Amino acid sequence: MRMPLQLTVAALAFAACLPAQTAPEIAYDSIPDLLKTPDRMQLGEAAGVATDSKGNIFVYTRTGGGNATIGGSRIFTHGGSRLYEFDRTGKFVREIGEGVYGFLFAQSVRVDAADNIWVVDRGSNMVIEFSPQGRMLMTLGRKPESVVMSAAGGRGQSNGAGVPGDNFNRPTDVVFDAAGNIFVSDGYTNARIAKFDRNGRFLKSWGTRGTGQGQFDMPLSLAIDAKANLYVADRGNRRIQVFDNEGAFQKEIANIGAPWAICISPGAHQFLYSSNSNDPTNLDNGEIYRMELDGKVLGRFGSAGKLPKQFGTVNQIDCRDPNTLLVGEVLNWRVQKIVLKP
Amino acid sequence: MTTCQSICLALAAWTCATPVFAQSSPDGLTPAQLAARAKARDVPEIPFESAPDVLKLPPNIYLGEGIGVATNSKGHIFVYTRAQATRLFEFDAKGVYLREIGEGLYGLVFAHMVRVDPQDNIWVVDEGSNMVIKFNPQGRVMMVLGRRPEPFDGPPPLTPPTAEPYEFGRPTDVAWDPAGNIFISDGYGNSRVVKYDKNGRFVKAVGSRGSEPGQMNLPHTIAADAKGNIYVGDRSNSRIQVFDSDLNLKTIYDKVGAPWAVCITPGPHQYLYSSNSYPDNNNSQLAAVTGEIYKMELDGTIVGKFGHAGKKLGEFSTVHEIDCRNENELLISEITAWRVQKLTLHPRRPQ
Repeated sequence: MRMPLQLTVAALAFAACLPAQTAPEIAYDSIPDLLKTPDRMQLGEAAGVATDSKGNIFVYTRTGGGNATIGGSRIFTHGGSRLYEFDRTGKFVREIGEGVYGFLFAQSVRVDAADNIWVVDRGSNMVIEFSPQGRMLMTLGRKPESVVMSAAGGRGQSNGAGVPGDNFNRPTDVVFDAAGNIFVSDGYTNARIAKFDRNGRFLKSWGTRGTGQGQFDMPLSLAIDAKANLYVADRGNRRIQVFDNEGAFQKEIANIGAPWAICISPGAHQFLYSSNSNDPTNLDNGEIYRMELDGKVLGRFGSAGKLPKQFGTVNQIDCRDPNTLLVGEVLNWRVQKIVLKP
Repeated sequence: MTTCQSICLALAAWTCATPVFAQSSPDGLTPAQLAARAKARDVPEIPFESAPDVLKLPPNIYLGEGIGVATNSKGHIFVYTRAQATRLFEFDAKGVYLREIGEGLYGLVFAHMVRVDPQDNIWVVDEGSNMVIKFNPQGRVMMVLGRRPEPFDGPPPLTPPTAEPYEFGRPTDVAWDPAGNIFISDGYGNSRVVKYDKNGRFVKAVGSRGSEPGQMNLPHTIAADAKGNIYVGDRSNSRIQVFDSDLNLKTIYDKVGAPWAVCITPGPHQYLYSSNSYPDNNNSQLAAVTGEIYKMELDGTIVGKFGHAGKKLGEFSTVHEIDCRNENELLISEITAWRVQKLTLHPRRPQ
């Protein structure tokens, strides 16, 4: 009876490597033409989307207008990303941070418990906090004085934990625990998680490039649960790693494809969402999973494509309301409001 | 030495000093001129005139390189131009400025072509962002194809890019068959034509760099006829290759020089226009043998030609796109003259 047991184990191991194809489909609708921007402010790649406690919608998008100033022997880069605010119905309210020094290549926007708005910029290597009034409160990281666009680095070349502080190298996301501690995933070139206290003082960082527990290959998105456990979308390793608040590895969730964007809903019963986004070079995959916090898949919805209800490289999910998601799409230059009917 | 002998010697010396090709090449043309000149001979001239001041620009709006021009069903004129930023302008049928579309948009980097589809959606092809962007008639983005490279990916590789289904290498133009399938000529980097369904899903691609039938050397412009045949201006091979809607090669027209811009008229009797444009490197040698636009039947029979290289009104400075929604009233955009001309043709009626 040894062989069948081995076969069973092998089959189980094999199944664990596959995305949860058999997860039940969740019915859903997409609200068309959600965001009404002025003609001069159409979205580009909608890298970041988030809501505040009033339901206002913030979009951090890659736009035109980026430029280089030729000065001496150095080239200085400016612009290229913008942060817009809409009300809960999608009506355009205002632009925040117009012309700000650190807006170069939008990656993520998050709103904290006090409704401060945080943007993560992969081009300037900065995390910037704005008050609800749209004034700057704090910066993490520093924009290189002159950005070398053709650095040999590119994607994922660095193999260490980076500078043990707040100099990021292509950071990707930011989240906060109930005590106000700040966690930054860093990122495309570094492979680590950095933790700061509520005043921006560096506490610790962990992670190196690799495939082992606590190692990362493009940590792209973060979420935090009510117990202050940290969920890291380890995209290149096709898994979500869960750590306690001090960075001790807890578990991994690994049957949901490559997680590009994750979020955890608030409330008594929290859900974890993760998008197995299509790479921008194809229209494969694209489904979003709904899970319990322990990784149990409850269902899935969507697939890659350019039509309404389809997804074009989802880069961020807002799940303040667990059944009304906002998804920001890189490939389709839009934000969709997804109404789930589980 | 007699005077006569001196003259004879001088003549002999002059003859020897004269470049050989001037004696051996037809019509006294240099090899470069011969290569650029269209093969078609004795083509009848079509009389035409160019209307002055077609576009009425507001005081602080200027055209740069007149790269793309197209009209919609109402006759509105769209111009995609290289200014300090690449910009898309809309004018009414009389040339009155209406508005700018897509101002500050992520994908507008380096203009190449603009086309309007049968539903009056406006499509721009941008060879700087490697993107094709569809706007609805109201000027809102409806669909994007391709993706602007991220700035951190480093300089483009020296080797030709791999032809990915959803990525372009400096694409050049777009056309649609009657079913709404999308055909994109791609382009300076790749050497192929890519077909998508109307929802932007990849169907197939044909072509590789070369000069064999079906290969391409700078597919620069593309048009479709009412049967869904696809006409590809294979510019550096100086030929138009015609494919069916499934991208099977049907025939090749190679008598009309280097096709920088092709267009096909609507209506029951369709014509094909192709411009053997004066090259944009301002090579003055070639001004004498390039610049004309050909009018053809869809089977390649040449009906006539008109125009020549030059900077004056009615002369052509590197025609880059032709709009031929009206068979005898063309709009042309020119690279080196930074302008759009409206041409009224007066074709002679068949006897």
